[in-house]
Amino acid sequence: MAAMHEGNILQVKDLQISFSTYAGEVEAVRGISFDLRRGETLAIVGESGSGKTVTAKSLMRLLPEANILIKGGEAIFEGEDLLKLSEQRMQKIRGSKIAMVFQDPMTSLDPTMRVGKQIAEGLKKHLGLSGQRAKERAVELLTLVGIPNPKERVRQYPHQFSGGMRQRVVIAIALSCEPQILIADEPSTALDVTIQAQILELLRELQEQLGMSVILITHDLGVVAHTAHRIAVMYAGKVVETGTLREVFYNPQMPYTWGLLSSIPLPTADRSRELIPIPGSPPDMLDPPKGCPFTPRCPYSMRICAEEMPEYTTFSEEHRASCWLHHQMAPNVEPPATIRGAK
Amino acid sequence: MTEQTWNGSANGEANGRALLEIKDLKKYFRVGRGTLKAVDGISLEIKKGETLGLVGESGCGKTTSGRVLVKLYEPSSGEISYNGENITKAKGQDAKRLNRKMQMIFQDPQASLDPRMVVGDIVAEGIDIHDLARNKNERLDRVHELLETVGLNKEHASRYPHEFSGGQRQRIGVARALAVDPEFIVADEPVSALDVSIQAQVINLMRRLQEERGLTYLFISHDLSVVKYISDHVGVMYLGQLVEMAESDELYENPLHPYTRALLSAVPVPDPDYEAERERTVLQGDLPSPVNPPIGCRFRTRCPQAVEVAAQVDPPWREVKPGHWIRACPCFA
Amino acid sequence: METRRAELTADLFERLEVGTQDSERIVGPPVGFWRDSWDRLKKNRGALVGLAVIVVVIVVAYLGPLVSPYTPYGQDLSRRFADPSSQFWFGTDEFGRDMWNRVWIGTRVSLYIGFLAAFLDLAVGVTYGAISGLLGGRVDDVMQRGIEILNGVPYLVVAILAMLVLSPGIITITIAIGLTSWTYMARIVRGRMLQLKEQEFALASLSLGANRTRLLVKHLLPNSLGPMIVNLMFTIPLAIFSEAFLSFIGLGIQPPDTSLGALLSEGYKELRFHPNLLWFPTAVFSLLMISFNLFADGLRDALDPKMRK
Repeated sequence: MAAMHEGNILQVKDLQISFSTYAGEVEAVRGISFDLRRGETLAIVGESGSGKTVTAKSLMRLLPEANILIKGGEAIFEGEDLLKLSEQRMQKIRGSKIAMVFQDPMTSLDPTMRVGKQIAEGLKKHLGLSGQRAKERAVELLTLVGIPNPKERVRQYPHQFSGGMRQRVVIAIALSCEPQILIADEPSTALDVTIQAQILELLRELQEQLGMSVILITHDLGVVAHTAHRIAVMYAGKVVETGTLREVFYNPQMPYTWGLLSSIPLPTADRSRELIPIPGSPPDMLDPPKGCPFTPRCPYSMRICAEEMPEYTTFSEEHRASCWLHHQMAPNVEPPATIRGAK
Repeated sequence: MTEQTWNGSANGEANGRALLEIKDLKKYFRVGRGTLKAVDGISLEIKKGETLGLVGESGCGKTTSGRVLVKLYEPSSGEISYNGENITKAKGQDAKRLNRKMQMIFQDPQASLDPRMVVGDIVAEGIDIHDLARNKNERLDRVHELLETVGLNKEHASRYPHEFSGGQRQRIGVARALAVDPEFIVADEPVSALDVSIQAQVINLMRRLQEERGLTYLFISHDLSVVKYISDHVGVMYLGQLVEMAESDELYENPLHPYTRALLSAVPVPDPDYEAERERTVLQGDLPSPVNPPIGCRFRTRCPQAVEVAAQVDPPWREVKPGHWIRACPCFA
Repeated sequence: METRRAELTADLFERLEVGTQDSERIVGPPVGFWRDSWDRLKKNRGALVGLAVIVVVIVVAYLGPLVSPYTPYGQDLSRRFADPSSQFWFGTDEFGRDMWNRVWIGTRVSLYIGFLAAFLDLAVGVTYGAISGLLGGRVDDVMQRGIEILNGVPYLVVAILAMLVLSPGIITITIAIGLTSWTYMARIVRGRMLQLKEQEFALASLSLGANRTRLLVKHLLPNSLGPMIVNLMFTIPLAIFSEAFLSFIGLGIQPPDTSLGALLSEGYKELRFHPNLLWFPTAVFSLLMISFNLFADGLRDALDPKMRK
């Protein structure tokens, strides 16, 4: 898939977000930066506690104001910093310029409102469409996302749809005002495998058709391999590696990425290939470690890893990783044999 | 009803004996006015020391099958044999005896451990129920031993479940199941709720335990990649029935049933070049409800090769190659 | 903020040995559910004040009359309607009886009613609800219909019927409460049972070979203690209030015995000219109600698992 580099549509710099909880401050995102180019799908990959969902929600300013501290950083979209806009201004952007699709289709829809009405809400609010025109557009959108009998179904309630269909409705709502950016947070994780395939195909087609930029948040590397152009790997609130799809999969430069790739079973591999887990668990973000957060679980850690966070090393125009192993004074290390190079 | 029997692989392994045999097992639930046919006639066999993987999507009946085996549900009909003994109707003391031999590992690390109990007591519950320890010290020793077997520390025995991560909690679940020295373990989606890098920890643990203790597993999952890795044989279920079953490698390399093909095709592989090149069959439509499965071949509503006659015939379960069984639909006869 | 070292020396790039046991370590002392709840309860000042007041009232109710030279029943018409003074701390009523004594004796009765209701909640309500929820199916259906029938009959009607059959007094109230107050607890416990018995930890216990009794006692009930305790704490003021109401309208405690409700009734009659006969019982009654409610509220928040760290 050729990525279209027509410049950046979103630029995130040094984003820092913390939660205040009973037990203290949890540093969920600790200074991350990434760009989203026009027309591409950027996958943000990470496991629990990596901070990826918090990042996504912060871009839409959907985090509860009461216990969230956006401690620093900026997210520039169309010349404005999303993190500093007023709530009124954000409401104009949400749903019209930037839309979001969440993981659980069961709870993303209002169970007491007809589906057509939910789609039309955004149309009326952002595009000022009249009732009649909005309804027609809703039917068009249902067709676009592949729901059969759209004229009948537009009048139905969410509980009359299956999980996969509901997720399509959610996507229809998200796309209703033709946003420039779609943020999809684990859009297919809660669905069955065959339905997941349908939804991913749909997202891919729609992206090509509409030329949207997509931020795909997921922990599933298979989904990433199928749909993304570029990847940002997050761990414990930091971005540890970014690059194009092939760069990160076939030439990863950071032990966490190696660990991730080695620990997943491949249906195409034979059973004798060993699964190498990453020992231990991600760190507690109440008391984040100084230095590289992956140190306690990394088979190559050095003394400096525990003391300081490594700088980024650039390997190509798109490919960067943050690891002390690339420092000139570090010993030479080969990635494990299980990392497959390109065919 | 067509006769459905699984006569076992013809390969004649040294270990050859079937530890668990299921014949035409059915489990129906009454739901309002209708009947939910959660499991509608499955037959299979698992040899001692092996792992049978059971895959399928929601409503296929794999979880229900697992629960029937550990006696959480009574079967509606059919026969279950363990070590040659018919255990279908086992009750009371017999059932209790079986509880020691057949254990279960559950899916949800949050909900599978009693939040009000300390880990030591959770792990020791089986020991307490079956009086396996003579005194407190022996009990504690066994608990420590079990915790260390699954890669945790002795100190963890006095802690509460919420203090542990998902992967650790699943390992506590494994320790709990091991406490009664079982021979056969049903693992119901044991790693589905865990982070990817942690899944491998639990899977490797299970494999190691199998080698060390000669355990036999029924591994239930919707994750085809994981199932392939850990299973010797794999069975694919759809709407309460088995549609295909074969040795692991054989199934993934030569899937015959259109549903199996679609399922394998739908799984995204973490290999970009492979993904870019391969052809995918994307099934249309939704999963039918198990309360009202389609008549005849259940898969025909979504099958890319469906023919008319599929609605009239109940496809028979046949061994089309040695060790490779499918529900032979006329569409691809 | 991360500090950057000025110079990076070669020794920093030596291997760091990280033991796998370190990565499994859990910091801090074990935090149990009760400990955690107690800590949270301590932080809630309203709840602590409530608890303190309840304790004080109970103590005074039992010790108060002992400190006074008078009795609750001794009449002396020469000193009717006396104002509060150093001799009669709460004054006297229309029969010259010492109010201090009467108020605290009355409080004892009210407390008895409250704790009786709580006891019945536990003995009858929990048992009924547990059996109904755990067994499910037909048994549950029948038992729930039973509760619905009981609930259908208004509490007042039961009390009046009891009064017609037996003489009014403490027995009547006991019966009226006994027949009706535990149904709410039964419903709560049944709800919990239905919810918990499908949870995986319950299934795990069953698959290990536990019988239903063990499941109930070791798993289901301990996990229901939160809502049970909270409900108990709310039942007490409710029962006290119900009794007060009954006695106020004359269906409850009969003279010369007294309860807070009876005192309120008598005091109300003399409100115009001798208000102190109403103020003191009212004050004690209000204190009791408010304190129990504050404490129960605080307990509910403290025991709510969603509000944990």
